[in-house]
Amino acid sequence: MVQLSIARLDASFAALSDATRRGILERLGIADASITDLAEKFRMTLTGMKKHVGVLEQAGLVTTEKVGRVRTCRLGLRRLEEEAAWIERYRRVWDARFDELDKVVEELQQKEKADGRRKRQ
Amino acid sequence: MDAGKDSEQTSMKNRTAVERKSDREVVVTRTFDAPARIVFEAWTRPELFRQWWVPKSMGMVLRSCELDVRVGGRYRLVFGDDPANPIEFFGRYLEVTPPSRLVWTNEESGADASVTTVTFEEKDGKTLLVLHELYPSKEALDAAGTGAADALVETFEQLDELLVTLDATV
Repeated sequence: MVQLSIARLDASFAALSDATRRGILERLGIADASITDLAEKFRMTLTGMKKHVGVLEQAGLVTTEKVGRVRTCRLGLRRLEEEAAWIERYRRVWDARFDELDKVVEELQQKEKADGRRKRQ
Repeated sequence: MDAGKDSEQTSMKNRTAVERKSDREVVVTRTFDAPARIVFEAWTRPELFRQWWVPKSMGMVLRSCELDVRVGGRYRLVFGDDPANPIEFFGRYLEVTPPSRLVWTNEESGADASVTTVTFEEKDGKTLLVLHELYPSKEALDAAGTGAADALVETFEQLDELLVTLDATV
């Protein structure tokens, strides 16, 4: 199901740090496009556009499919969503536990302080 | 009170962070405003442990909690409303070093036993807690992430919010 590593999340954020790549994602959000379309749109060489798409593909943000001589790119957000959701589910469990643990720890501290005062008196 | 103060107060709450370190490992970190010996106590005394391990939002009832906290000692947690159909979590302690380290096995899944290591690091009267879980396989970790957490009733609302945020980001 979920294929996650922090290295890949890093790759996602690195991919998003570039304005052109964010532009490509925005473009693909409207419609799928070929590498050639994207290269023209962003006034870039095919090689340059292939590199950008490659970075986005590595990060799981874009998927590509080659049909004949045309490579079509589309948004591949699914994986990023799944990864983030997995982490968030896991985190919610521990966060809820630790909020309760805060209360227990606070009570123990209060009790210790009270006992300390009694001993001194 | 102005907005600046509000946001300062929000950031006062200690944050629970989760990272998948590899395909088989997940690490949870959290700071507590108390010395390590106090936090350690809450992890090792059953009557304290049961007060926080199952928050209400999990929608589960903890029926019994036995912790024999010493090297080789066993623990057993029993959940569920129906005594005829209990959900059990059990294993044994591999390391017990008060107040800085606890290691135990999780054996309820049989061959998929994971090992949990908790360290308590005190600094300036606060304790940094690091919980590390090592699973035998990536599949076991993926399943753990969904299994335990699915008991949370708010999960899907949270997920929806998160997805909205992600959509807005891109």
